[in-house]
Amino acid sequence: MPTREKVIFEYSREGRGASDQWPQDVGPAPLADLPAKLRRGRAPALPEVGELEAVRHFTRLSQLNFSIDTHFYPLGSCTMKYNPKACNQYAMLPQFLGRHPLAPESHGQGFLACMYELQEMLKEVTGMHGVALSPMAGAHGEFAGVAMIRAYHRARGDLTRNEIIVPEAAHGTNPATATMCGCAVREIPVNSSGDVDLEALRAAVGPNTAGIMLTNPSTLGVFDRGIEEVARVVHEAGGLLYYDGANLNAILGKVRPGDMGFDCMHMNLHKTFSTPHGGGGPGAGAVGVAARLVPFLPIPIVAREGERYRWLAESDMPQSIGRLSAFMGNAGVLLRAYIYMRLLGRDGMRAVGEYATLNANYLLKRLQAAGFEAAYPDRRASHEFIVTLKRQARELGVTAMDFAKRLLDLGFHAPTTYFPLIVPECLLIEPTETETKDVLDAFVAAMSQIQKEAQQEPERVRSAPHTMPVRRLDDVRAARHLDLTWTPTTQH
Amino acid sequence: MAFIPHTEADVAAMLKAIGARGIEDLFAEIPPTLRVSSLAGVPEELNEMEIGRLMSERAAQDGTPLSFLGAGAYEHHIPAAVWAITTRGEFYSAYTPYQAEASQGTLQMIYEFQTMIARLTGMDVANASMYDGASATAEAALMAVRANRKSKSARILVPTTLHPHYRRVAVAMASNQGLRFEELPYCTVEGVTLPASLAKYDGEDVTALVIQQPNFFGRLEDVDALTDWAHAHGIFVIAVVNPTSLALLKPPGEWGARGADIAVGEGQPLGVPLSSGGPYFGFMTTRMECVRQMPGRIVGRTLDAEGRDGFTLTLQAREQHIRRAKATSNICTNQGLLVTAATIYLSLMGPQGLARTAAASHARSRELIAALTRTPGVRLAFSGPGFHEAVLLLDRPVAPVLKALAARGILGGLDLAPYYPELGPALLVCATETKTAEDIERYRASLSEAMQAVRAA
Repeated sequence: MPTREKVIFEYSREGRGASDQWPQDVGPAPLADLPAKLRRGRAPALPEVGELEAVRHFTRLSQLNFSIDTHFYPLGSCTMKYNPKACNQYAMLPQFLGRHPLAPESHGQGFLACMYELQEMLKEVTGMHGVALSPMAGAHGEFAGVAMIRAYHRARGDLTRNEIIVPEAAHGTNPATATMCGCAVREIPVNSSGDVDLEALRAAVGPNTAGIMLTNPSTLGVFDRGIEEVARVVHEAGGLLYYDGANLNAILGKVRPGDMGFDCMHMNLHKTFSTPHGGGGPGAGAVGVAARLVPFLPIPIVAREGERYRWLAESDMPQSIGRLSAFMGNAGVLLRAYIYMRLLGRDGMRAVGEYATLNANYLLKRLQAAGFEAAYPDRRASHEFIVTLKRQARELGVTAMDFAKRLLDLGFHAPTTYFPLIVPECLLIEPTETETKDVLDAFVAAMSQIQKEAQQEPERVRSAPHTMPVRRLDDVRAARHLDLTWTPTTQH
Repeated sequence: MAFIPHTEADVAAMLKAIGARGIEDLFAEIPPTLRVSSLAGVPEELNEMEIGRLMSERAAQDGTPLSFLGAGAYEHHIPAAVWAITTRGEFYSAYTPYQAEASQGTLQMIYEFQTMIARLTGMDVANASMYDGASATAEAALMAVRANRKSKSARILVPTTLHPHYRRVAVAMASNQGLRFEELPYCTVEGVTLPASLAKYDGEDVTALVIQQPNFFGRLEDVDALTDWAHAHGIFVIAVVNPTSLALLKPPGEWGARGADIAVGEGQPLGVPLSSGGPYFGFMTTRMECVRQMPGRIVGRTLDAEGRDGFTLTLQAREQHIRRAKATSNICTNQGLLVTAATIYLSLMGPQGLARTAAASHARSRELIAALTRTPGVRLAFSGPGFHEAVLLLDRPVAPVLKALAARGILGGLDLAPYYPELGPALLVCATETKTAEDIERYRASLSEAMQAVRAA
């Protein structure tokens, strides 16, 4: 890998610029109507660089990244599978890119047809009755879901239901979402085999229960076998069930959240349906709901009337929780998901869940055989699993973070570390279905090598990485001496 | 086609290692009653050639009309280099830079982005992006409630000249936490919020005032007077700004005596295609004192174990994966790829290119307004200065006129009837640097015909 790259501003020279890209100078006359007191005094200090300089700079920056296209990226709970190039190419056809969000339906039938069919396919694979596509990320979808649950109870005059139950192993977005929706959060434990503690659940539900937020398979990488009982307990108490779709890849084509008893869910299209993660977004967090929540879906939604497609807006859906994006969410991401689903077809959907699970179980077994400890050794892995390095930490003084950093040296992106919080020194590993057996074998070899190093020369692991553009970074310093924007005099 | 590379021999060897007879065994823990029997509603697979043909047909159906629509999404020239680099796999297929050592490219790019956005807005700090301009506005209101410790009311004043969709998103995203949004009327002559209309709030507990510049009508608000009034009453100012316009217009950091407290906006004009409304990105900036109340990811520069510069996510104690129910927001994934595009765009445009783009857009919109208002029955709704967008009043219903224009391959603007019925037949039009004199003439000539085809009200 290249080692480092200057900050773009360090290339800047006054008067330089990618002028071939600029429109012609219209001179000062057309600006005469702008009052001086509303004008900018000094020009913004943006970089002044030529086009080739910019191209080189950003190309070099890209080369400092690990990515799916370059490295195995088994980041648990993130489903880092291959993003097919066709999905990008055909979502970026000029007519799609150029289409204005407020263009009339007469100039959007092609796009709307894709969106309508995407809604229908998502309904089918989740067992839900209605789908809305506008939430722009998983957390945004969670917000929509809990807001719908709240609106549902309020519409029934059930005003005391203000509590959202979440298992302690839940994604941080679950409790944060409940707060954003004005709900109180009640955490419940999971039992020793990773399933929701049903006694604790029975004790937690009551007249204040708005609902429960669950991931299944859970963040512990196991399928909650008591899910039907969970659904019965929550429903009998008058609450609704929210499905966090982060782990949908595990069960795609095998089990549907709607059939498990969930009333409401989001799908991370950037996980299960392989739209790009983009260095941290854009995602897309489409939501699906059971029949009783359909009136509350966020707008806009695409409807078909005869052979024509049109948007449903406020006037069509008076009980909607409203609008969550300026227009219709991450439309370009939705197109990519649509293309992916059409490429896979119904058999491909089923294969995704099957091979994601095959890869995870194989990798788990191989790692166990190599001496690593599974957090839930008696359970089948779902599409991901947890290895705990508490023994290595205790006996060798080498932590999960050390293993993660050393993996980078060996050419593998690290798994998710220290999540879920309830398993000490954990690595949450999700290989996805698009990786070959050879890659998984190589990962096992790398883990074994690190284990050997941890025994023989532990400092080498503790001080990793050694071959990356930077060594371990001082996060405490980053937070104490905030340096969030570049200035020519920035000194540490 | 599921992009699954396994050979039969692989599968057999893997199952053997697991100790399972078949893949079905791996799902044995799932109650049989829950298993899916068929996915009849999902069609059979297409191969890449077939999907290419289908998508090309669908795209062709939507065509490439000549568009004068703006209203929060603007057509600008996007240099080829922007998306050629943005779609490189190393940016496109990476994730959130949690492993900083393996993500220095994305982290440094975000740090450069934060710097550019802070400079453009004249504010101290920027975050790594929000979903879009509307959700950034909602998050800014929530942030103001946390940061403005002088106020207990969670009342937010919102001019009706703020984009109507932004107002609706703010209500949908923030009212569950008890925020109350109170709408301010606009002056029907000038299409702006009059500082005098604020007098009735003197002495009341208000948390924040939102000011959009240019406003939804394309008109310029008296940002200095509005900001100074707010600050004199202990009220935070949330600026909602168009980033292109900031090459010409006073940045929020310089509004009034003290500058805005939070500035947000839609980043789409900076190198992001219109793409039916997304993915775009919202930007958010603030004063240094308020940085710990900001939602979303923030990148900082620090030192590595050898004392060399490096970049990392920082102030994570604000975020959901650490603070859970007490986080500043539930936001996790943001719009990283669009930020990549915007950072490259701003580097290529630089201060001169952005200023030329803004000036050319303004010039073209003035030519457009002059041309269209020569048509009988068409006049300008509001007097006074604006930027690259304006409201026209027609003497007959707008919808059929737009329909007639669309039939001629022209998207003539946005019918304001659903949003501002009090204006009567009103049309919001926009021109950017992408429109030529011929385009404008084509619109003018077509408008004349379309007006004649629709009977006056």
